[in-house]
Amino acid sequence: MGGGEGERGLVDTLSKKDFTTDQEVRWCPGCGDYAILSAVQGFLPELGVEPHKTVFVSGIGCSGRFTYYVDTYGVHGIHGRAPAIATGIATARPDLSVWVVTGDGDGLSIGGNHLIHALRRNVNIKILMFNNQIYGLTKGQYSPTSEEGKVTKSTPFGSVDHPFNPIAVALGAEATFVARTIDNDRQHLTEVLRQAAAHRGTAFVEIYQNCNVFNDGAFDLLRDKPQGSRSQIRLEHGEPILFDDDMRCVAVGDNGRLIVANVDDVSPDSIVVHDVHGRPSLAFALAHLSHGPTEPTCIGVFREFGRPVYGDAMEDQMRRATERLGKGDLSGLLHSGDTWTVR
Amino acid sequence: MTKTVEEKQRVVVRFAGDSGDGMQLTGDRFTSATAVLGNDLATLPDFPAEIRAPAGTVHGVSAFQIQFAATDVTTPGDRADVLIAMNPAALKADLHTVEGGGTIILNEDAFTPRNLEKAGYAQDPRHDGTLDGYQVYEVPMTSLTILATEGVGIGKKEAERAKNMFALGLLSWMYGRPTDVTLQWLEGKFGGRHEILDANVAAFKAGYNFGETTELFAHSYKVEAAPAEPGTYRNIAGATALAWGLVAAADRSGLPLFYASYPITPASELLHELARHKSFGVRTLQAEDEIAAAGIALGAAFAGHLGVTGTSGPGMDLKAEMLGLAVIMELPMVVVDVQRAGPSTGMPTKTEQGDLLLSMFGRHGESPMPIVAAATPGDCFDAAIEAVRLAVTYRTPVILLSDTFLSNSSEPWRVPEVDSLPAVDPRFERAREDGGRFLPYERDERLARPWAVPGTPGLVHRIGGLEREDLTGNISYEADNHERMTHLRRAKVEGIARDIPPLEVDDPGGDAELLVLGWGSTLGTIRAATRRVREEGRSVAAAHLRHLHPFPANIGEVLSRYPKVLIPEMNLGQLALLIRARYLVDARTYSKVQGLPIFADELEHEILRALDE
Ligand code: SF4
Repeated sequence: MGGGEGERGLVDTLSKKDFTTDQEVRWCPGCGDYAILSAVQGFLPELGVEPHKTVFVSGIGCSGRFTYYVDTYGVHGIHGRAPAIATGIATARPDLSVWVVTGDGDGLSIGGNHLIHALRRNVNIKILMFNNQIYGLTKGQYSPTSEEGKVTKSTPFGSVDHPFNPIAVALGAEATFVARTIDNDRQHLTEVLRQAAAHRGTAFVEIYQNCNVFNDGAFDLLRDKPQGSRSQIRLEHGEPILFDDDMRCVAVGDNGRLIVANVDDVSPDSIVVHDVHGRPSLAFALAHLSHGPTEPTCIGVFREFGRPVYGDAMEDQMRRATERLGKGDLSGLLHSGDTWTVR
Repeated sequence: MTKTVEEKQRVVVRFAGDSGDGMQLTGDRFTSATAVLGNDLATLPDFPAEIRAPAGTVHGVSAFQIQFAATDVTTPGDRADVLIAMNPAALKADLHTVEGGGTIILNEDAFTPRNLEKAGYAQDPRHDGTLDGYQVYEVPMTSLTILATEGVGIGKKEAERAKNMFALGLLSWMYGRPTDVTLQWLEGKFGGRHEILDANVAAFKAGYNFGETTELFAHSYKVEAAPAEPGTYRNIAGATALAWGLVAAADRSGLPLFYASYPITPASELLHELARHKSFGVRTLQAEDEIAAAGIALGAAFAGHLGVTGTSGPGMDLKAEMLGLAVIMELPMVVVDVQRAGPSTGMPTKTEQGDLLLSMFGRHGESPMPIVAAATPGDCFDAAIEAVRLAVTYRTPVILLSDTFLSNSSEPWRVPEVDSLPAVDPRFERAREDGGRFLPYERDERLARPWAVPGTPGLVHRIGGLEREDLTGNISYEADNHERMTHLRRAKVEGIARDIPPLEVDDPGGDAELLVLGWGSTLGTIRAATRRVREEGRSVAAAHLRHLHPFPANIGEVLSRYPKVLIPEMNLGQLALLIRARYLVDARTYSKVQGLPIFADELEHEILRALDE
């Protein structure tokens, strides 16, 4: 009972202030990052993990500054490499709570390789990818999530690149936790963070984030209050996928493809019931339901399942080797194999 | 028949055959028997670049060279006294490595028209004068092996594969190597598979007896044990020594070792070796790429582990960015560069010392890193410990240079007493419960900053790649601060010069005009060449650099004592460039970039030329 009380006591005493540094926050006024920061700082006390047992790792881009504002241990790394650095930290120290903050350019372009391999390994880290569909810090070039035809400084005639679907990328890398949320929906964002933190292994959370300077309004369809909620398809485990005040739904159409339909136009049996532990095909289909945030789009947890956590497996191998061979004896190692003695 | 035994001071033997002939194993076993006998020795394997080159072709030849002697040995030998050629391709590829008048032992059975053609011989070299001047012995090794293994119960194909043991047996007889070492090893290796064990033992004994009983060989040779300091010895290859040095440094310092690496020739050996030592608490991680390997090691270092990454030249190019981050974060980390011939993919299995300037300058901005270089296979152990000491003491990434030659070659190594090995205190910053302000960039007398690891109360801080404000570590773009931090980072690394031994000069007469200055794996060659020059009655001084950055504090003074300075390097003069720039000395370069070590006679020649100029 005593231990439990101690834990409870900690949760009660930690507050948002404990996770807030004295550094002046320097994003552009109105940037979606402020809301995310505030939501994260507000949520962390609830985890009951003290700031000194928490590490935030970020890359380069506007999202990279995040580390400086959260009063925990932090590494502001280099472009795209945060998942690699975090892999080192989390694998070396399973006792720490390790978070990665990245962006669409950082995580999916220059750091794409590290991202997919962290997901594949299932390192115990929580990855928050702020997707604003633009390069903000470098002042407005198209990103790997920008839509085709996007006119930016580097694409004056429109982008000819096909964008990544970050959720599909994460699912393809067999991430064990894949979710999407929106910067200004504090309640939904906090709930997704809660589930991500509770997950053992890598959690991938895409956060639609408005860059009001270089890509304002990219997510307005989903984000505008109160209208936006009408286009958010909220995924709830075990619930039929209904949205727009339950007037519309996700249903199985002809050929087994998922479609967005009016509830009145489809048979109740064809309405999809969400299952986060289900087959990857369902999560993939939901990820591809819209072509981007300009159509009704799914938010919430797409998929969650259990797989051995990378650090656990490594610790396990070391434990078994030590059981079998005894704790490493340096002198024994140096003398192993053929030796001879000169007197 | 009684045979005479002739005494020899030093011998170089080269085993050459097809990749599938097991020449590395044969050489390795011959080395073990030689080591146990107490000869000093040095070895050099020479693998083909292709994993599975077409059998019987020159590209597929794999060789192993060993020099052993009754006196000290510093190199695997320039040229072979004895070549064992298991097929025509091996003869073709390696004939040039044999000393004039040297001995060539051929596997007669392999000299078929088809094999001669595959090796690119238009005529049989045994009969066209190619081998004039050599002592040639033709031994039907394949058929004798098949004969010897009759009744063992294996097929002809498998029996044939034991012919390398026949060759080993013959050479073991020839040089009086103990047989029990090999027989015990075979027992251990094939104990579970009786027919294979029996076949190999039979082939080995047949080779030995062939030497003893046939009239082909008139005498055998004897090489006395070399004088050596008392102690327990073993044979060790550079890759193993380096890996063990890291394990030892971690063990002695109480730091868990975290090695992250991406497969690359020839550095993969380190990953393979370290991956075996989990019971030492060694974590190994095969990363998705070179950049990640460095990032993972750096993350582990931030978390309080001994973070190490290893690679070869191409990987160094990729890691540069992460090394810059380690420089500005001022965290301990070791990056091992097992140099190979470049540029680009270059010659992955061949040696070179081409990465010195890359190590010095291969990062953007002012980004100084200490550089330590190993000089011999056994020295890789000590060099690794030294790299760790500097990294941990100075909170800095350190480059540890080895090369393909050091990594693959081996020498007898006196096993150190564990208690005699240096231990580095990580001096982790202690928890602060008093609420006092922690300054992550406050420096000690060596200008090293605190190593404050996550999990420690009261030390929460954030570091990264942006310029840090002095003391606080906050982001700063302030002009004076950047200048101060740039100078501090340099002063910290330069200060290491006060913490390393002075450069020792080997100048027995004290009257030499010429200093041969070397670094890294050329040490053996320099020792052999200077010895020869001195045996000819000439004076020459030699000095060898372990620390390439910073240089030992007395190097300027040493250089000023000699009117002539010669720097032999397996590059186009990289150390010479640094020495000339820093000390305004007219150092002359002796350069060799053939993917091979510099030979003692080449350097001897060059020293004499420099002396006579
Ligand atoms: S550029 Fe865009 S993403 Fe960056 S801080 Fe400004 S608004 Fe935010």
